[in-house]
Amino acid sequence: MNTPVKRWQSLLLWGGLTLAVVAVHLLGRAGLVSGYLLQILQLIGINIMLTASLNLVNGYLGEFAIGHAGFMAVGAYVSALFTVKWHLPFPLALLAGAVAAGFFAWLVGIPAFTTFGDYLAIITLGFNMIVVNLINNIDYLGGPRGLPGLPRATNLLWVYALTALSLLVLRNLVRSNYGRLWVAIRESDIAAELMGAEVRRLKLLALVIAGTIAGAAGALWGHLLQYIHPRSFDYIKSTEMLVMVYLGGMGSLAGSVLGATLYTALMEMLRGLKEWRPVVGPLILILIMLRMPRGLMGLRPPDLGRLLRPRREKGVAT
Amino acid sequence: MAGMAADRAAGPGAGAPPHPAAPPLLEARGVTMAFGGLRAVEDFNLTVQRGELVGLIGPNGAGKTTVFNVLTGVYRPTAGRIFLGGVEITGLPASAITRMGVARTFQNIRLFGGMTVLENLLVAMGFRAGYGLWDALVRSRRFREREAALRRQALELLDLFRLADKAERPARSLAYGEQRRLEIARALATRPRLLLLDEPAAGMNPQEGEELMQLIRWVREQFDLTILLIEHHMPIVMGICQRVLVLDFGRTIAEGDPRAIQSDPRVIEAYLGQQEVS
Amino acid sequence: MAIFIQQLLNALQLGGIYALIALGYTMVYGVLKLINFAHGDIFMAGAFIGFFLATYLKLPFVATLLGSMVLTALLGVTVERVAYRPLREAGAPRMSLVITALGVGLFLENFTRATVGAEPRNFPRLLETAAWDLGGVALTSLQFLIIGTALALMLALRYLVRHTLVGKAMRAVADNPEILGLMGVNVDRIIIFTFVLGSTLAAAGGILYAQAYPVLDPYMGIVVGWKAFIAAVVGGIGLIDGAMLGGVILGSTEVFVAAYLPSTYRDGIAFAILILVLLLRPTGLLGRPVVKKV
Repeated sequence: MNTPVKRWQSLLLWGGLTLAVVAVHLLGRAGLVSGYLLQILQLIGINIMLTASLNLVNGYLGEFAIGHAGFMAVGAYVSALFTVKWHLPFPLALLAGAVAAGFFAWLVGIPAFTTFGDYLAIITLGFNMIVVNLINNIDYLGGPRGLPGLPRATNLLWVYALTALSLLVLRNLVRSNYGRLWVAIRESDIAAELMGAEVRRLKLLALVIAGTIAGAAGALWGHLLQYIHPRSFDYIKSTEMLVMVYLGGMGSLAGSVLGATLYTALMEMLRGLKEWRPVVGPLILILIMLRMPRGLMGLRPPDLGRLLRPRREKGVAT
Repeated sequence: MAGMAADRAAGPGAGAPPHPAAPPLLEARGVTMAFGGLRAVEDFNLTVQRGELVGLIGPNGAGKTTVFNVLTGVYRPTAGRIFLGGVEITGLPASAITRMGVARTFQNIRLFGGMTVLENLLVAMGFRAGYGLWDALVRSRRFREREAALRRQALELLDLFRLADKAERPARSLAYGEQRRLEIARALATRPRLLLLDEPAAGMNPQEGEELMQLIRWVREQFDLTILLIEHHMPIVMGICQRVLVLDFGRTIAEGDPRAIQSDPRVIEAYLGQQEVS
Repeated sequence: MAIFIQQLLNALQLGGIYALIALGYTMVYGVLKLINFAHGDIFMAGAFIGFFLATYLKLPFVATLLGSMVLTALLGVTVERVAYRPLREAGAPRMSLVITALGVGLFLENFTRATVGAEPRNFPRLLETAAWDLGGVALTSLQFLIIGTALALMLALRYLVRHTLVGKAMRAVADNPEILGLMGVNVDRIIIFTFVLGSTLAAAGGILYAQAYPVLDPYMGIVVGWKAFIAAVVGGIGLIDGAMLGGVILGSTEVFVAAYLPSTYRDGIAFAILILVLLLRPTGLLGRPVVKKV
């Protein structure tokens, strides 16, 4: 579909990025790049996965989900179950975490999309709280003390591969019939339904994909920090993801990459603020809404169509 | 799914009464739609044969749009049954009814304003895109071929409606009359057998109305369609409808030849105080 | 039987508090069609303001209650002025308001945590609590006071909304803001009034809650606020009587369920009620079915 020149460009870009990541990874193993920097880079990748997947639901589909950390928690704990308790290999644990989170997203979506209005927000928020509450009460998973001893299986290559895969999946879907229908549902769900779109099924599909990616991100996160506890997945974490989505811009995958990167870096730089640091995130969110509601890369709705077009004759502007 | 529905629709209807010939394309029997205590439509009966162009008129609030909403599955009727080509469609979801060949436009234009003109049509073709999730994920050959084909079809349709040069513009940037045309084109993109037009000439001046009338006539022949038309502008109704149904307070008060209807005292009375009769 | 009566009192006590908070959700939703996610944190702020008034100024119960109500109302109005109104004036999509509300809520939580610290604070007992034993039922004057105060406030609100001019204007805005604006009614003023009422009741809820469960922490508004919102949805969002009914239903279910199941299931029960109501009667018990507009 792409013109040869465009294809060359993107090949060059991705090839160069991949080479750079592999180089940093190898330098890190040789001890030439600090472990701190490596960790930040991995956190950025994980946050990109979380942000871009949430953007699918909140940006493209135009719904309002605010419990994304719940899916992340499912991914983290299920994968930890596989590695810590059952001593199974990490790739399998990762897959299981992602699938389990996708399954929960499906469960959440069924009642949420049967009704209408703002109820998805309150149901996803509830789901988030119930998951945290449940983990708190399961001794086998460490309860409120958390679950230590996860193997350090996540590394920069894993994060890079899964971030790239997630973005590819999201991009390809968004620039297909599915993406067009999602945006149409956002514009007018009744008109979309009357054009033959099975609105509920399409909404569920988006939520399940988003949940699955968030689950994979959770699994990566757990095996990066090697210690998980329920409070790291509460509603505050979910709100953080929303900040990244809206900072980058709704309905823009490039925006999500940018938003997640900037926010993660900023939060690292603000470590000195100590207990005042958590005040910054919500302030940013409020300021974005007041001052630049479209986010950094947020496109005006008329431009959105251009983003979704499967074929591009003109140069890439986004 | 859609294919199955079409097969069923083509065969002799299961729930339909025994007909010597093919069953009527659309049949509504005793349809009533109540909201709480309010009966927006009561005991509505309508039979539309294939190829007919039937008008649905009546003063504001007579229940015309509600009839459309029931026929297209937006509302589930409180009582009564609806058949499409002899197959019962009562209570089916709106998307399923669209897939079986009923398309509509909206009284208050409901385009996907932020999407391009072309994409508006592609959305309407979405249910017969012909590729699945996997094809989209890996950009398979089938995906590329089907996308190209859908695009071609959409552009052809836009061409017929003189909108091809605006294909890449956001739908909301179109002029009013163009938006009305796009709504009809979008409905046709679902490949309907039955087209429901809800006041297509609303907000148009007489000349635009006249052009629209031509367009509707032409569309009907070109696409071999059956049309049910809600309209306020009497000249349009009189000009192109073969048969007219008059609703008032949810009830059918008259039915028949347009000219006869015009002089029917009940109709005149229903329209008293309404300025739009002419 | 004795246990039942005791549980019933507990249920009414908790339900009354939920109802007070639910009223704030439901009124703002009615007027602005906004889920005010910050409202649970307004409740938290009310409790903390009361804590400071009672601990450092040594105010008695009634003064603490009234003082907190006034100051919290001020906070609620400030939030409206600073965060919500500019968005409304800019004609921002409704979603932006909801997101902002979420941000404001989180800001209030983390700001409180940064200033008062993360460790839970003990709310002083402001009332002499008399306890009676009636044939095995332990009654405390505190319970009656909480239930009585909640009920009195709700009846006052109900009167205000039904029989005063400003209350009628509020209901009219809920029905049709554009027309009222065209008729020269100052819609902004009515919105401010709505926030004053909602925040006042939330503050009262906060003080009463702190008397019954005297441990405060900056994140206490999340769960309580979420349950109060469920109460509003169960009763029928936008309806004042619905909020009261929903509050009592949610409080009772929780208390009675906790009597038989480990208390950790309480949140799960609230969630189950929400899902059930949304599936069976999405407009709530007292709500009329909504007709899709095409």
